[in-house]
Amino acid sequence: MQPDSHAFIFLNAFLINNFVLAMFLGLCPFLGVSGKVKTAWNMGLAVVFVMLVSSMCAYGINIILVRFELEFLRLISYIAVIASSVQLVEMFIKKFSPALFRTLGIFLPLITTNCAILGLALFQTNRSYDFTQSLAFSLGAGAGFALALVLMAGLREKLELADIPDTVTQAALSLMLAGMLSLSFMGFAGLGG
Amino acid sequence: MSQDPRAPAELSWETLTQGVWKENPVFVMLLGLCPVLAVTNTASNALAMGLATTFVLLCSGVLVSLLRKLIPKQVRIACYIIIIATFVTITDYAIQAISLDIYKALGAFIQLIVVNCVILGRAEAYASKNKVANAFVNALGMGIGFTLALLCLGIVREVFGFGTLFGIDLFGPNFQPWAVFALPPGGFFVLAFWLFLFAYVRQRRNPSKEEEHAA
Repeated sequence: MQPDSHAFIFLNAFLINNFVLAMFLGLCPFLGVSGKVKTAWNMGLAVVFVMLVSSMCAYGINIILVRFELEFLRLISYIAVIASSVQLVEMFIKKFSPALFRTLGIFLPLITTNCAILGLALFQTNRSYDFTQSLAFSLGAGAGFALALVLMAGLREKLELADIPDTVTQAALSLMLAGMLSLSFMGFAGLGG
Repeated sequence: MSQDPRAPAELSWETLTQGVWKENPVFVMLLGLCPVLAVTNTASNALAMGLATTFVLLCSGVLVSLLRKLIPKQVRIACYIIIIATFVTITDYAIQAISLDIYKALGAFIQLIVVNCVILGRAEAYASKNKVANAFVNALGMGIGFTLALLCLGIVREVFGFGTLFGIDLFGPNFQPWAVFALPPGGFFVLAFWLFLFAYVRQRRNPSKEEEHAA
């Protein structure tokens, strides 16, 4: 596969360099809302949605910033754009589909502080992807985040009834699980070829 | 010291130490894990990241505390984010000027300090309610705690993953590096191990309290 083809960018962000398990982005929601598969799905969906929107916005903003040679404002404008696009998405969903809004609930505003979103915007700028490449990248990253979250939630549901030593706190256990998931995702490295 | 009615906490040794041990941002509160895992594959990266985060913590803490009576309640989070982003931009350019190697090693994670929940958490929970001196000392403590936590991970991962410490060879040429420690899964495992160790120490110290905590 060509390294700059859309399929490769998608696969790369989805499996090989999974945002959560290989790049450690968005760990807070990953450890926080991976208790149940259902909530994990909703969170994953919300992240895919917000990633797409903020990736498009960041692309536009970057063009303006470069045009006026204001690159040093990039970080501030990205974070402002992400915060407001989350707000926008929230209002849009509320108007458009109240049912979806209720299922996503508190997760939408929480996404603002998710470093995966800002990371995505920064990476696509650093790698100077064009518009469609950015879209493929954000779709892959979002899907990868959702996949990791759902896998993790499945594991944790199974472990609910397991007999573990008192000293092993919930967080240490989740991190161990994440380590093993990450180890198995390293197997996808061969796909890069 | 006359007490400001808005400042419940008085400046004391506790202000500094709570960030280091009792409320350590990484090991106790589990905040800001992304950089903790991502840039700690060597001890020097961990140190650089810790210092950069401490700098942003200090500056944003002081500024938020100075402006705490000016910032309207409704838009405070947005204001904090802008303040933090400003200092992160400064840090970003400063590191680029000081050492390009470190800048390349840390990559986008310097800019991602903006969304580190430790900093926003301190601004919201402490700096916005306390006097400048308190906010400074508290941020310093948190920064030290964060840097120590990063070093804990960085040292373990570098010693096992590369056989070196701060770039100095430890075991001689026959050492077979334990590669997994330098790779992403190693980060998860080492952090899990530290959490396990701290939980064990705390349990040994006061068993009754730990049960309460678990319940």
